[in-house]
Amino acid sequence: MNKNTVIQVNNLSKLYRLGEIGTGTLSHDLNRFFAKLRGKEDPYSLVGQTNDRTVAAESDYVWALKDINFEVQQGEVLGIIGKNGAGKSTLLKLISQITSPTEGTIKAKGRIASLLEVGTGMHPEMTARENIFLNGAILGMTKKEIKSKFNEIIEFAGCQMYVDTPLKRFSSGMRVRLGFAVAAFLEPEILIVDEVLAVGDAEFQKKAIGKMKDISSSGGRTVLFVSHNMASVKSLCSRAIVLENGNITYNGDVDRALHSYLTHGVKGNILEYKEFMEDEFRSNEFVSINSIGVKAKKKDYGEPMNVDDEVEIVIKFYKKIANQRIDTTIQIKDEAGNYLFGLGTGVYENINVLYTGLKEHSVVIPANFFNATTFYLNLVIVQNRKKIVLRLHDVLKFDILPKNISLGKFMGKTKVPLNPDFKWFGYDL
Amino acid sequence: MNKSEKWDLIIKPKRGLLDINLKQLYDYKDLLTMFVKRDVVTLYKQTILGPIWFFVQPLMTMAIYVFVFGNIAKISTDGVPQPLFYLSGIILWNYFSECFNKTADTFTQNANIFGKVFFPRLIIPLSKILSGLIKFFIQFLLFLAVFLYYYFTTNSISSSLLLFSLPVLIFMMAGIGFGFGLIFSSLTTKYKDLKFLIQFGVQLLMYATPVIYPLSSIPAKYQFWIKLNPITHIIEAFKTAFLGSGHFSMYGLIYALLFTLIVIFLGIIIFNKTEQKFMDTV
Repeated sequence: MNKNTVIQVNNLSKLYRLGEIGTGTLSHDLNRFFAKLRGKEDPYSLVGQTNDRTVAAESDYVWALKDINFEVQQGEVLGIIGKNGAGKSTLLKLISQITSPTEGTIKAKGRIASLLEVGTGMHPEMTARENIFLNGAILGMTKKEIKSKFNEIIEFAGCQMYVDTPLKRFSSGMRVRLGFAVAAFLEPEILIVDEVLAVGDAEFQKKAIGKMKDISSSGGRTVLFVSHNMASVKSLCSRAIVLENGNITYNGDVDRALHSYLTHGVKGNILEYKEFMEDEFRSNEFVSINSIGVKAKKKDYGEPMNVDDEVEIVIKFYKKIANQRIDTTIQIKDEAGNYLFGLGTGVYENINVLYTGLKEHSVVIPANFFNATTFYLNLVIVQNRKKIVLRLHDVLKFDILPKNISLGKFMGKTKVPLNPDFKWFGYDL
Repeated sequence: MNKSEKWDLIIKPKRGLLDINLKQLYDYKDLLTMFVKRDVVTLYKQTILGPIWFFVQPLMTMAIYVFVFGNIAKISTDGVPQPLFYLSGIILWNYFSECFNKTADTFTQNANIFGKVFFPRLIIPLSKILSGLIKFFIQFLLFLAVFLYYYFTTNSISSSLLLFSLPVLIFMMAGIGFGFGLIFSSLTTKYKDLKFLIQFGVQLLMYATPVIYPLSSIPAKYQFWIKLNPITHIIEAFKTAFLGSGHFSMYGLIYALLFTLIVIFLGIIIFNKTEQKFMDTV
């Protein structure tokens, strides 16, 4: 075992009751008790099903986590990603001792501070000053520690003016800043953070991310970070684990983890690469589409695409009619379904559109054109530059990941889907 | 795995019954004082009378008791001036019921904090005991004022050296409330029905305790049952100490002390067991 391991999780499982808790607990308790008396195993632990919220419940119990194993090294920032209900929060709750596991153990070295919410326990009637002391104490700081960092906390929160104002007069954003500020000056060996950055303005998010980076890089402290914001996971974490239905499906390099999550997490038929069978409806008397895919140029399908990769879209199809143009057009849409732009072969005179046979059309979109977000793609087949003969809506969905982001940049959800890096020129005239 | 590996924290599915981390509790002593401060400071914020409310409540209750039990029902006070007799019962009983009620609410009232942050859960009930104690002392000053008034104006009061047992009496009062509160708070996380029982249970219990009547006024055949209630002995000892009118017995007090220690012990064990899992059931 590695010497610098600060957290070791062994066969960790957590069983939850489904349905309304409280009804029938007494009878279950009695059942358990009798089973124990007869020296048998807990009758209810046998029937837990996997944690997949889309499947109808078959038993009364569900494994929110099942046989989780991982280790975290000192100074590492570990991202934990997964869909809603995948077990992320349960895992954090177990590590931060809020509830205890059903099976397995967690071992840790050093003080753990968990930030599952900012400003926990703050009282609206008390002033900011009093609340800093209260919240700090709840998070495990001593009065002395808080006192020595008080000015820094106030400065970080940016609320010097309101130190002696009751918290209830604060805006919700200010409360969050105050809460995070206290937590930021905790000096635990292990910090657990759960999506607290989803609130606060851009400036504050930047500050918060920067602070967390400081914590891990300068102090050699360890951070566990749960977020749905892939940009912040990528910029903060060195390694990530992907949780799905209570199991770890990926554990390793953050890029791969993000990709595994983004592609694996999507149910249904939207993916980055698709092959079609001959007899499907993606075929008519003019054309039959064999496959369509989007990938980073020089990489394979399924590998992560970053902002600074060239993006290649490849369509393979069989042209069934001769002597008529069959042109391919793709339309790119943003996550909300807004049409962004289209690219088609129709503008070219000399492209292989005349004869029948298996054809491949591809187009390359330059690097640093897309922003890091999610895109959908429509495929349109046009006959003789006039008539649309086939249209596939949302045939592909793909994610562009951010490149390694410098700290100065806003980490929040990107609003603009395109962020082309076109050249400027300056001349003295 | 290397056996000599040193872990600061090992989280296991089940903790032993007596596995209570006292050192950790001590580490969080600053949190305890912060909670006490919060309770005291925020109680009367934005009120005009502020801390004066600490006095108004027992005084009003006393006035009602003097009127209803003293003048209408004409229940004996063993020759002690009525205001003094009732006030002594009220402040002691208030402290007990505060300790009990607030401790019993620990899990249900703090589910939100407990769901987000770890700290030794016992801190919350302990802070309630301490903030209750502050309130008790303020009300005790009121009692002392009334006491001194009667002490110097009438001859009906004869205090005794038992006065020095006051800290023990307060400890027992708090301890019984604390212990039972812990037990009930643990049970209410699963069986919410108990919440309703607690509400009127404490009120009913007051009538089974010599708060508004002296023990001596109870017919002999019921005395055994009233004496089974450990709080009886505490209140009687208090009245003997200050007013010289109680029905003090050393055996009774020892019984009450043992009772207190056992209830605290049981309460902490049950609480310790519940706190590991309660987030899943509350």
